[in-house]
Amino acid sequence: MAVLAMRDALNQALREEMKRDESVFLLGEDIGLYDGSFKVTRGLMKEFGEKRVLDTPIAEEIIIGTAIGAAMSGLRPVAEMMTVNFIMVAMDQVVNAAAHIRYMFGGGTKVPLVIRTPGGGGHQLGAQHSHSHENWFAHVPGLKVVAPGTPADAKGMLKSAIRDDNPVMFIENEGTYAVKGEVPDGDHLVALDKNEVKRAGEHITICAHSRMLIVAMDAATELEKEGISAEVVDMRALRPLDMAPVIESVKKTSRLITVEEGWRSYGVGSEIASRVYEEAFDYLDAPVARIGAAEVPAPYNKRLEKIAFPGKADVIVTARALLGKN
Amino acid sequence: MKVEQRAAESRSKAALSDKETLLKLYREMLLIRRFEEKTAEMYQAAKIGGFCHLNIGEEATIVGTISALRPADYVYSTYREHGHAIAKGIEPKAVMAELFGKETGTSHGRGGSMHLFSQEHRFYGGYAIVGQALPIACGSAYAINYQGTDEVVMSIFGDGATNIGAFHESLNVAKLWHLPIVFICVNNLYGMGTAVNRASAVTEIWKKACAYDMTGERVDGMDVLAVRRITDQLVAQAREKHEPSLLECVTYRYRGHSMSDPDTYRGKDEIKEWQTRDAILSLGEQMKKQKMLSDDDIQRIDEEVTAQVEEAVKFAEESPDPDPKDLYRDVYAGEAAS
Repeated sequence: MAVLAMRDALNQALREEMKRDESVFLLGEDIGLYDGSFKVTRGLMKEFGEKRVLDTPIAEEIIIGTAIGAAMSGLRPVAEMMTVNFIMVAMDQVVNAAAHIRYMFGGGTKVPLVIRTPGGGGHQLGAQHSHSHENWFAHVPGLKVVAPGTPADAKGMLKSAIRDDNPVMFIENEGTYAVKGEVPDGDHLVALDKNEVKRAGEHITICAHSRMLIVAMDAATELEKEGISAEVVDMRALRPLDMAPVIESVKKTSRLITVEEGWRSYGVGSEIASRVYEEAFDYLDAPVARIGAAEVPAPYNKRLEKIAFPGKADVIVTARALLGKN
Repeated sequence: MKVEQRAAESRSKAALSDKETLLKLYREMLLIRRFEEKTAEMYQAAKIGGFCHLNIGEEATIVGTISALRPADYVYSTYREHGHAIAKGIEPKAVMAELFGKETGTSHGRGGSMHLFSQEHRFYGGYAIVGQALPIACGSAYAINYQGTDEVVMSIFGDGATNIGAFHESLNVAKLWHLPIVFICVNNLYGMGTAVNRASAVTEIWKKACAYDMTGERVDGMDVLAVRRITDQLVAQAREKHEPSLLECVTYRYRGHSMSDPDTYRGKDEIKEWQTRDAILSLGEQMKKQKMLSDDDIQRIDEEVTAQVEEAVKFAEESPDPDPKDLYRDVYAGEAAS
C-alpha cells in the first residue's frame, strides 16, 4: 500500500492495464509528448510508444469517434477529453453513437470504451471551463458513469472500467488530482456499480461524489465536534446508480443531504431524492436537502466564484438546519 | 440542378470485361432495384414504419464500390443503406425482416431501416446522423493498423455530409495517421431537399480532398464499370500503401429523400433525364451488344431476383416480433444493468 496522489493512482491504473492487455490504447489531446494536460498520462508514451499513446488533433468528435470504431473492431481505447467542457463538441458521438450502438444494432457488437474526463470548477476558469456534467451522461441508457473521490477508488474503478465491455464515462475532477491517499498495489479492482459508506454516522446521511466527497468528509469531521454524527455515502457509481447503501443509511438516520458540484436542477441530487422518496419515504423525518452550484454560468471573479460553488460551510449549515440545530 | 462534368471519365482504364463479373454486377443492381421497389410497396402498405430512404437510382454507385471489397473489409453507411447491406452480402430476407421490425432482422428489430448491421459481414452499420459514421470508420481503420492486418474500411456518405465538421476531421486524421480507408461520397445532388450548389461552396466534392493532400476522384456514378474500376484502384491504394482517398460518385435518387418526401424541389424533367441514363438498363444493353446476355436472360434474372425479394417479404411477414420481455436486452453488454 503506497500513498499516491490521485493523478498518480490513475497513471498506475493505465500503466498496469496497458501492460496486462495489448489491446488497451490511449488517445487524446496532448496526452503523449506533452505528458497530459493534468499529467495523468505522464511517461506512458515513452514507455508504450506512439501507437498505444496517440496524440490527436484538437478535434473532439474525431477522438470519440475513432475510439468507438476502434472499440467495435477489437481494441480497448481509453480516450481522454482534456476537460468535460470540451466533450460538448462530441456529444453526438457519446450519446447517439457510443451509448446506442449496441442496442440499435441488436446486440451485434459492443463498445468497450472508457472516456476519462475531468470536470469541476473553482479555479477561476470562467463559464466555459468549470462544468460538471455527470448528470447529463447518467441520464443516458447504454452509458456507465462513475466519479470516484479517492485515489484508491480512482485506480480500482479505472481498471474495472477498462475491462468492462461497455462505454464508461469516467469522471475525474481538476480539483482532486493532487489529493493523496493510500492505494493498494497491483491488481486492485473496484466495482463500477457499488456505492459505499465512507464514514459511518447516526444522525444524518450525506451523499456526495468526486470532489464533493472530500467536502462532505471534511464537513462530517466538523459536525462531529458539534455532536452531529454524519454518515457519508460515496456516490461513485452514478449509472447504474447503486442506491442500496443510501436507502439503508436513510432508514437509520431519517435525514438526507445530497451534495454535487454541478447545478441542482435536474441533477444527481434530484435523482437520489426521487429514489429515496420512492423507496424509503416513510423513514424520512425531513425533506431531502440538495446542495449544488448556484444556477449561474460560472463567474470568473474569485469572490463570486467562491459563493457560486458549494463548500464545507454549505453542508454544515444545511445539516444543522435539517436537524433543527441552527 | 445542373451538373457540370457530370460524367467525367475516371483516370482508370483497367479492363473489367469478363462475363462472370459483369453478370454478378448486373444481378446485384437489379436485386437492389427490385428490393427497394418492394420496400416502397411494403411501406405504403404500412408493413414498414418510421423513416424509409430508398436507394433506387443509385445502384451503380452501390454495387460498383462495395463489390471491390473483400468479405473481411468494413463498410460504414448511412440511413439510406438497404442496398449497401445487400451488396455487402447480407441476405435480403434479414434486411426486409429488419424493415418489418422483426426479431429475425439484422438488428433484431431494434434498429429498423436506418440501423442495419452485421458483424459477420463486416457491415458496420447504418447511422442516422449525417456525417456521424466517418469518425467511427476511422476508428476501425486505426484498429486495422494497430493489429497489423490488411483489411480496408469503406466509409459511405452523401453529399450533405461533406459540409459537416466530422467529414473534415475524418479526412484530416485519415491522411495524418495513414489509415486504410476509402471515403465514398454518394453525390445524388441533394442533401434532403437542398441542392449541392445551395449547400456547398465547392460543388465538385472530390476537390475537398485537396485540402488534406489526399487522392480525390470523381466518377460517373451511373456507370457501374467506371465506379468499380476506380474503386479497385483506391481500395488497392488503401490496402497496400495505407493511402486514404475520397471518391465522389455522381448519381441520382429517382425517389424522394424519404418515403414522406413530396419531391417539390426538383423538376419532373430532371428525374426523367436521369432515368434515361439508368445504370441497370445501360449495363444490360452493353452486355447484349457484347453477346453476354439475351433478352431471355434478362427476363430470367429479373424473375430470379424478384422471387428472392418475394421470399424476403414472406420471411419478414412470418417472422415473430421481438418478445416484450426482451425490451431491455442489449442495452449493456455482458450483464443486466438499469
